[in-house]
Amino acid sequence: MAKIILDRLSEHFVAGEILETGSQHGNEWARVEPTHWRAVARFLRDDPVTALDMFIDLTCVDRLGRVPRFDVVLHLYSVGKKHRVRLLAGVPEESPAIESLVELWPGANWFEREAFDLYGVRFVDHPDLRRILMYPEFVGHPLRKDFPKEGRQPLLRRLPGSVD
Amino acid sequence: MDEPSPPPTSRRVVLGLGEAAHFVEDEMPTEAMPLNMGPSHPAMHGTVRMVLEVEGEKIRSADVQVGYLHRGFEKEAEHATWTQIFPYTDRLNYVSPMLCNVGYALAVEQLLDIDGKIPERAQFIRVIVGEISRITDHLTCLAASAMELGAFTVFFYLIKAREWLWELLEEVSGARLTHSYVRIGGVAADLSEDFCPKLREVLRRVRGAIGDADKLLTSNRIFRDRMDGIAVITRDEAIAWGLTGPVGRSAGLAYDVRKDHPYLVYDRFDFEVPVGSKGDNFDRFAVRLEEMRQSMRILEQAMDRLPAGPILIDDARVALPPKREVYNTIESMIAHFKLIMDGIVVPPGEIYSFTEGGNGELGFYIVSDGTGRPWKCRVRPPCFANTAVLNKLLPGLFVADIIPTFGMINMIGGECDR
Repeated sequence: MAKIILDRLSEHFVAGEILETGSQHGNEWARVEPTHWRAVARFLRDDPVTALDMFIDLTCVDRLGRVPRFDVVLHLYSVGKKHRVRLLAGVPEESPAIESLVELWPGANWFEREAFDLYGVRFVDHPDLRRILMYPEFVGHPLRKDFPKEGRQPLLRRLPGSVD
Repeated sequence: MDEPSPPPTSRRVVLGLGEAAHFVEDEMPTEAMPLNMGPSHPAMHGTVRMVLEVEGEKIRSADVQVGYLHRGFEKEAEHATWTQIFPYTDRLNYVSPMLCNVGYALAVEQLLDIDGKIPERAQFIRVIVGEISRITDHLTCLAASAMELGAFTVFFYLIKAREWLWELLEEVSGARLTHSYVRIGGVAADLSEDFCPKLREVLRRVRGAIGDADKLLTSNRIFRDRMDGIAVITRDEAIAWGLTGPVGRSAGLAYDVRKDHPYLVYDRFDFEVPVGSKGDNFDRFAVRLEEMRQSMRILEQAMDRLPAGPILIDDARVALPPKREVYNTIESMIAHFKLIMDGIVVPPGEIYSFTEGGNGELGFYIVSDGTGRPWKCRVRPPCFANTAVLNKLLPGLFVADIIPTFGMINMIGGECDR
């Protein structure tokens, strides 16, 4: 269906940059080496054959037990060619960081903030990386698999005269 | 409308009395004022906080803070069986819950590879209740926005129309809003005998109510002045920000999942997708108004062609067997027990499945590890992307423009924050 995207990726990038590609249930996906994250995304956006100009979604998957632990998952869509792709990049637990895509798509801003908030993955060069769904004083990253579903957070004391 | 001149920063002040009176130019200090449109605000629907920096009436910068309705949908979904997630999906976009139900069900069905085996009647019913939900979504959006601009009558007309539709959905599912009607493999219960005649009558009245609202607002000088030319989004911006649904279409981006990537039986219906040209608030209003009319066209056609047949797939690994068999055969009893206790066993894999929600491309990215509970169940919320663009739209507008702009973006807190 969108095999052309995977073919273009294989033509343009070497094996160390695109680690693996595949197609499952009609979804084409490619696993990218994290240091080439922005370069691959930029290519897919600007290449006239793939033309993946629309940013759809960015999230993380916590594959607890696997090394590297986190997968940053990006979904792109082409309005003109009507095909889409999923990009995955493995990010290690010790230093979970990856390049930010905000300069390519302004829409990625909030999605990266959410991935940082809920998983703790830092997005390098993000203009405003702070929590978005949880309150600023929240401790921990709730969607990680080792974060308990039920628990207590430290109590906050709002001092008089403080401005948020 | 002319740009008002910036507020004067100096003034002439009289000092002294009588003959000693003289004028002095006094510098008035001005500074931008931080203004908090707090999470609870009477003119904004949904819990969202906007920290604005205003100078006079003009907004210099805006920081839209969402997350006040974050209830941990994904975290809960990781601990619930596939069927137990349906009530959670109701509470995502809670003004068009059937569309969220359907979107999630389609995603899991694709992972199970049974998406081609859903009974036809179930697919038609899903389209029918989905389009009714879409109409209620747009009715709520337009009614609330009109009320916030002062058009109370329009609010009453459209909310009354919404009530008639909710009565029908309540008859079908048991609840006005939290339906949990769709199941993996079909729908939970069949439509009643007189559902279609009742729906036709309701649609006739809803058409009248929408027509009344149209006549009251579309050529209304006050309404147009407040909506025209405000908060313009270009087509390129819509693509770069990932804006879909009525917001994206009003900017000229002709992308509708029902037309471009048809699912269920949408490819059998004859309907149009309204696309705007200017991308301002009024275009968003007009696109939604017309979309309701097109949804009613789909409903009429779906009711005309509604086939008879089962409403749930006949596969005991996926759907609960009929009660008569559960109580009388051991196989069905075991299947029932396993489905309830362990959940549907979905083979390991991942999928991103997308449908046209009330606000745009509603995506479900589901990762299965082979058990009865998802490893990850992510919602790609269309109004998360749509609300993010407000940070770019608001600076330069007046404070009073926030109300129609935010109303026409239609941020549904449940979907944005999950």
